[in-house]
Amino acid sequence: MTTGIILSVQALSIQFDNRSVIHNLSFAVDAGDNVAIIGPNGAGKTVLLKALLGLLPFRGEVHWSPGVRLGYVPQKVAADRQMPIRVHDLLAAKAHVLKLPPRSIDAVATLAGLTPEVLDASIGIISGGQFQKALIAFALLGKPNVLLFDEPTASLDELAEERVYELVERLQREQHLTVLMVSHDLSIVYRAANKVLCVSKDTVCFGPPREVLTPATLEAMYSAPPKFFLHQHGQEPEIPPAAAKHD
Amino acid sequence: MTESGTVYSIILAFLFAVAAGLVGSFALMKRMILAADVISHVALPGLGLAFLFHFNPLLGGGATLFLGTLLIWKLQRNESFSTEVAIGVVFAGSVAIGAALTPKEDLVDAFFGKFEPISGFTFVIGILAVALIVYFIFRCKSALILNLFSPELAAATGINLNRLNLLFLLAFSLTVLIGLRFMGALLAGALIIIPAATGRRLANSIGFFLLASSLVSVLAVGLGFLVNTYVLRGLSLAPTIVMVSALMFGLSLIRPKA
Repeated sequence: MTTGIILSVQALSIQFDNRSVIHNLSFAVDAGDNVAIIGPNGAGKTVLLKALLGLLPFRGEVHWSPGVRLGYVPQKVAADRQMPIRVHDLLAAKAHVLKLPPRSIDAVATLAGLTPEVLDASIGIISGGQFQKALIAFALLGKPNVLLFDEPTASLDELAEERVYELVERLQREQHLTVLMVSHDLSIVYRAANKVLCVSKDTVCFGPPREVLTPATLEAMYSAPPKFFLHQHGQEPEIPPAAAKHD
Repeated sequence: MTESGTVYSIILAFLFAVAAGLVGSFALMKRMILAADVISHVALPGLGLAFLFHFNPLLGGGATLFLGTLLIWKLQRNESFSTEVAIGVVFAGSVAIGAALTPKEDLVDAFFGKFEPISGFTFVIGILAVALIVYFIFRCKSALILNLFSPELAAATGINLNRLNLLFLLAFSLTVLIGLRFMGALLAGALIIIPAATGRRLANSIGFFLLASSLVSVLAVGLGFLVNTYVLRGLSLAPTIVMVSALMFGLSLIRPKA
């Protein structure tokens, strides 16, 4: 199991067509951390994850410690859901590319809670929650020790959303994973994350949620008074999760 | 050579059908139908030069196909160009140059192909080309599936997408080249797309889709030969095969989509 600093980011800057999306961002993630990445729409959260994955060009330094294996669950997949591809075909394709044995498919399907019926179903007919589980199973192939989630519940109803978060928390606990998760849901941030990274044009913060997510920070980041923040004397959010979305 | 040349030609037509079904399945899922037609048209200027200067049409067609494929690949990578714009320009330019270069008496053959005996050498080269296409599709099937599903996830899995896209375009062009001789530049793409569209209606898994597209393609060529030999004797082979393919697609519409 990897210990110590697993990711070090120094002076990261990303530009598109001379427009700065992320400017001079630095932070470090320890093995086993659950880091929530928050910020307003268009602040560059997805761009940051893609840069960490090496999918986008950037300036600065992104250093993953040796032996890190990354798994990625994107916010959405623009695939034509009408393609005749079953969930199993998809997992088998990745297993084949990574030269993994076929039994690894059953292992990740069990971890992600995919039933044999869902595995055998076409990607076009499964529900949003099942599709998200399929993406998580896909990310788990290759035994990653770091999982990057980009708003994994963006298109789900609350019940499915809760199940996905429970799954992520269980996986982190059982598989000793480091998690970086973009989220709009501050109740999840308080509940699951031990560190929070604010990505915003004017505000950058990094640290434990209870220390860095002050009403002033939230107001500055979202350019509006916060609808929600955690009372310091309590351990749990005092507003139901449904009311705690910052979007 | 005429009798064995005819047998070679028939066998190669069936092998082309197998390759066309496999490549067509992925082209359909990649939404490359328009690009597919254009790639075959890119052969026209080369065919025209070959007819004009009396050298092997496959050499001329192959040369411009290769150059056109590289051009389409480069244009697709250029984000300031939409693929449709690139394809529209290449398509119109190729047909115009091809029509200008090809002597009038050879224009119909260049457009719609001509079924004729082939030499043992051409036959062997054709078999090697089909083997290469089939090998590529099955060797890279998983990477192609991941790229179809999500280029982003495919790249995150470590797949070199630029290389994969180029190899697929080259496999596509090679398939067109094999069919060019008897399908012509205007119709070679049709046998790649129509049987795949039929196969898509019948299949609900990727394995069955590839199998169904290839079988439908082979059946279309076989029925095309029969219809051309016994019913529509005066008609060129390529239009007959394409009409049979279209009819099979029409029949597949009767069955509910898998």
